[in-house]
Amino acid sequence: MSNARTAILQRLNSVERPVVDVSARESLSVVSWDKAECIHRFTERMQAVRAEVHRSDRGNWLDKVAEICKTKGLNNLLLSPKTEWGQVITQNAAQFPRLKHYERSIEDWKEELFYQVDAGLTSTLGGIAETGTLILWSSPDEPRTLSLVPPIHIAILDTDKLYTTFAKAVKTQGWLEQGLPTNALLISGPSRSADIAQVLAYGVHGPRELVVVLV
Amino acid sequence: MAKPTEFRIDVEKALGKTEVRAHFRKAMDTLMTNRRNQFPDDAALQALRTQAQAIRANALSKLPELLEQLETNLTKNGVQVHWAETTDEANQIVLGIMQKHHAQSIIKGKSMVSEEMGLNHFLEERGIEALESDLGEFIIQLDGETPSHIIMPAIHKSKEQISKLFHEKFPDIPYTDNVDELTASARRILRDKFYAAPVGLSGVNFAVAETGTLCLVENEGNGRMSTTIPPVHIAVTGIEKVVEKLSDIPPLLSILPRSATGQPITTYFNMISGPRKADEKDGPTEVHLVLLDNGRSRIYSDPELLATLRCIRCGACINHCPVYVRIGGHSYGTVYPGPIGTILEPQKEGLKVHGELIQASSLCGACGEVCPVRIPIPNIINRLRHDSVRKDTENTPTQDAGTRRKPLEAAIWQAWSWSASHPSLYNFGGKTATQLRGLVPNNLGAWTKVRTAPKLAEQTLHQQLKALGVDHE
Ligand code: SF4
Repeated sequence: MSNARTAILQRLNSVERPVVDVSARESLSVVSWDKAECIHRFTERMQAVRAEVHRSDRGNWLDKVAEICKTKGLNNLLLSPKTEWGQVITQNAAQFPRLKHYERSIEDWKEELFYQVDAGLTSTLGGIAETGTLILWSSPDEPRTLSLVPPIHIAILDTDKLYTTFAKAVKTQGWLEQGLPTNALLISGPSRSADIAQVLAYGVHGPRELVVVLV
Repeated sequence: MAKPTEFRIDVEKALGKTEVRAHFRKAMDTLMTNRRNQFPDDAALQALRTQAQAIRANALSKLPELLEQLETNLTKNGVQVHWAETTDEANQIVLGIMQKHHAQSIIKGKSMVSEEMGLNHFLEERGIEALESDLGEFIIQLDGETPSHIIMPAIHKSKEQISKLFHEKFPDIPYTDNVDELTASARRILRDKFYAAPVGLSGVNFAVAETGTLCLVENEGNGRMSTTIPPVHIAVTGIEKVVEKLSDIPPLLSILPRSATGQPITTYFNMISGPRKADEKDGPTEVHLVLLDNGRSRIYSDPELLATLRCIRCGACINHCPVYVRIGGHSYGTVYPGPIGTILEPQKEGLKVHGELIQASSLCGACGEVCPVRIPIPNIINRLRHDSVRKDTENTPTQDAGTRRKPLEAAIWQAWSWSASHPSLYNFGGKTATQLRGLVPNNLGAWTKVRTAPKLAEQTLHQQLKALGVDHE
């Protein structure tokens, strides 16, 4: 083991550590919003940071997504054909712009991914009402770059998986028990910056537009 | 009179720049208002601060164990962990990784620890390009500057200055002062760089020991790009950033962006627990974490100074500081400016180098009041003032303790403290002083350079209270 490691740990261990009162550590903020309130808050927060939110149901979500693609004038749409949503979209490909499936390693098609994809569509693991947030876990089917590199990100959120707070989501979904993926992400709007004279600008490095479809 | 120090010269210069000062005032006012709006319920804010403080204090109370646990879990997840005692060691580690991959460039997400390391300079001296990708960092790097704020590095620059700078550095792009167009240009330029970069670097906001997870907050997506696109990701962090449990994260994430920029949450919260797995299609194939000490374990050894390490680098103390808003970030001459810099830098670098900063405080207390983890910054400033003049230097870990002790000053205070504990002598001295009040000169050196000389009252406080019938004994 390296000398630095030994030396640092030795120094830290030689300190007589004060006993601290950490009883406040566990206090969980309790909010109890019903589903309608959760949807309302989520939508309000998202719209406040210029994300689009569309309502739909099990019957018409597909048309909704198709309509969004049309309105945005997309030439193509990148997605995984294996998710619940991706499967149905793939079966109804005629309604959509040209579908691209994320099936190869990034190295094999980096240039196309970077410069020739109009939008990426992902599923989500859930949402957070308090902050207007999407939860995404990277997976072999839906890699990290799917929600990062294309200029438009379309995300589908099942409203049954809308939680009040982040703490609640972590607990209810059992993140600790499941074990975390290589990349767990919270997304709360399109990419933005206020680094130039505190003026808000969108689409700095990540997607310029975030479109959420609630089902 | 003593020669003015570099700090004083810089402060003097900064105070003369009326336009820049107005700019800072406006920016800080906005940030303060934004923060206030995020905490409409004071009781809830105070409860959350207490919780955040407890989380950080708990982590520090178990620091060596948690660092080992973090290392074990990260290693299990496939992340390579490195330890560095000094910034030089940390730089060497980064260089070593780059050389192993024959990498000639590195793209960076925002990292104050890499600023602390002077990494860009170090790499450039060795012919390696280090490119900042955070928009603010990108801008100041174009102009050869360092950050003037820990979360808004280019806050000192006006839109006009940035427009001119872009045009000067990228003559092919037509001049514009439209913020959206400037941002789009930066996006285009940096996209190509992300595309080609062999190595990406980032800081760490929180490291979770229990799961071996590195957490990053950001708005732009450059942090995600830097940690996702290049085949190698190197994260650098101070050893104090670890927390014990995954459940510690939500409260910290709840208070950090609200305290910092007044956002309910940042656009991205990125939790990295390992490199790309065999069946995954993207993400770096190698992830490294460099744990940097650089004086932190020394700070750790003192029960009072230890609170400094609770810091989650939100910048709220900076935004609320009446000194910072007037002199700006660069005058400090340090990596971390404002109140957090004022207590951290003299502890890290020693009182000889940055001891003067602790004098530049009115102890107004604003920083301590807004700090999300309740670091008693004013008390620590006082403590460091004491350290700088104390005689029992063996009782503090602070480097260069006692170096500001002047025998004459010490003797005067000693005499005062002796007289103050002898009432009759104290009263006699007080009366004599008021009688001789006419003798106070108008010129009192540095003090009267910017102020009028103080005049003693005709009667001592004791005398006045007695006249009012108050029994003061
Ligand atoms: S000292 Fe407190 S207020 Fe200042 S940056 Fe650190 S956490 Fe934020």
